[in-house]
Amino acid sequence: MPRELLKGNNAMAEAAIRAGVEAYFGYPITPQTELLEHFSQRMPELGRVFLQAESEVAAINMVYGAACTGARVMSSSSSPGVSLMMEGLSYIAGTELPVVLIDVVRGGPGLGNIAPSQGDYNQIVHGGGHGDYHPIVLAPASVQEAIDLTVLAFDLADRYRTIVVVLADGNIGQMMEPAELPPMLPLRQEYPEWAVRGALGRERRVLTSIYIDPKDEEVVNFRLMKVWNQIQANEVRYREYYLDDAEFIVVGYGTAGRVALSAVREARDQGIRAGLFRPVSLSPYPYAQLEALAERAQAFLVTEMNSGQMLDDVLKAVKGRVPVEFYGRMGGMVPFPNEILAEIQRIAAAPLTIKADPRLDWMERFAGFIEAAGSKN
Amino acid sequence: MESTPEGQVVYQRPASLADVPSHYCPGCTHGIAHRLIAEVLDEMEVRERAIGVAPVGCSVFIYNYFDCDFVEAAHGRAPAMATGIKRLLPDRVVFAYQGDGDLASIGMAEIMHAAGRGENITVIFINNAIYGMTGGQLAPTTLPGQKTTSSPTGRDVEVMGFPLRMSEILSTLDGAGYIVRRSLHDPKNIRMAKKAIRLAFEAQVRGLGFSMVELLSTCPTNWGIDPLEALRWLEEHMIPVYPIQDFKVAPTIAGLRI
Repeated sequence: MPRELLKGNNAMAEAAIRAGVEAYFGYPITPQTELLEHFSQRMPELGRVFLQAESEVAAINMVYGAACTGARVMSSSSSPGVSLMMEGLSYIAGTELPVVLIDVVRGGPGLGNIAPSQGDYNQIVHGGGHGDYHPIVLAPASVQEAIDLTVLAFDLADRYRTIVVVLADGNIGQMMEPAELPPMLPLRQEYPEWAVRGALGRERRVLTSIYIDPKDEEVVNFRLMKVWNQIQANEVRYREYYLDDAEFIVVGYGTAGRVALSAVREARDQGIRAGLFRPVSLSPYPYAQLEALAERAQAFLVTEMNSGQMLDDVLKAVKGRVPVEFYGRMGGMVPFPNEILAEIQRIAAAPLTIKADPRLDWMERFAGFIEAAGSKN
Repeated sequence: MESTPEGQVVYQRPASLADVPSHYCPGCTHGIAHRLIAEVLDEMEVRERAIGVAPVGCSVFIYNYFDCDFVEAAHGRAPAMATGIKRLLPDRVVFAYQGDGDLASIGMAEIMHAAGRGENITVIFINNAIYGMTGGQLAPTTLPGQKTTSSPTGRDVEVMGFPLRMSEILSTLDGAGYIVRRSLHDPKNIRMAKKAIRLAFEAQVRGLGFSMVELLSTCPTNWGIDPLEALRWLEEHMIPVYPIQDFKVAPTIAGLRI
């Protein structure tokens, strides 16, 4: 396939189509609406299902029903819309159905704004709907990676009968860059043995998330955990940059990771042995790889477009071996490379101590900056 | 049929109904509604093409009682889930079974838009004017003055508003092909309900849009009266508020003789 200039949202939609998605249900919300619009044109011309639902609540429950038929199905939304989907996602998890969701994250909390953010990390990676379940979460840092991870998402969802979330941010959804789309895969011809498609010539099947006897529900919870353990063993994904001799390791994902790469390169030019560790699977999280890096790094710098939600996972991996520092931008703000470069320079220059909560020092350093910016309001 | 009068089967369990005891309270009309649906699935020979969508409420375990494929929806979302199935499998017979809290309160958006889209699904709507499974709280269909565990002095319309007449509301939508209200309080009305359920499924297989049969039902346990008294209470108090009526019947269905 030739490389084309593609917008992230359209690229993810087209990648899903080529991966064989049979039905899409969604609702307009910025900055992901191009996904909905792309499906609205392409799905009918391919004879597949597109439906704009009355709400994200309805959209995810349409996905729930459609997933019961054993077809590849999906939805997409942005942060406030994804909040509304949490009920349906929990039911989908409890029914052990493969579903793909793309969350193009925007600034929050509340209505927030439509600028790029990573504020949904905790909601998607650690939380979400009620009850015990773990989705697979994949975080792209480019349009190409958004395409590749969308295709992968369908394969993983099918393999583990699980929810896979492509956690992009507004930057990935909105920006255009050259990328290559995958070939069009044929639609599924045979459906899984659990699919509900009418009891023609077989015993009836029921798909449900209710197990009224707690003993039965515990069996389901245990099965979900066994699958999650397989996922943790097999599906950890990450990218490493300049880590062979790195003393100072920046950890960032998605757009924050990509901006950090520019800063790392600049730091290298200045003779600082910096490197970048970019988690691609946020769930399962690459704890073991980070723990190994903690054996030889002098310090870590975690950078995110939120108040340090992934930071807790890095702290969990590093286990207090070396200092972990934090630099974040929030509310839809995206860091510039020079901001992260300044942090790398500071960490490389100053003696650091191991802190229980690196956010406190960051907030102290950041307070003047925020006050200067806020004074314009 | 070659059978003699003595050997003729006049009443038996429909094949679409599973041979298991139900969990419903004595005197509850859910069992009648289930049987009527099962008879219709049998008569139309669609059991193997049928996919039911169960609600949250007393009938949450309806899938145990039918010998056809079933899925279990979140509270109020059965029409959305049915939509997802029907859009992927348009030649299957997809039906949802919902109570009044499920359909007329938490699921109001989903039922309205499924009807508005003319979604080719059939909804059986059980209206017993109360929340059954949670133990008898105020429903959107609770009558003015009716006592429930969350309106202990009776539904005060100044504070709690008025009951919603869902069949009347939904019948205003262009996407609706068949909307009627029936009752399960006596044999004559049960026969009328059976015919309406048949016509609702006939509307679906003919692609005439959204179809719904509202069934006035009793809840002796939460109404706090015995089953016979409950049937009388339905007739005396519910029917004046919820008239037995055809609200929308597509011309093709009006002309159908079954």
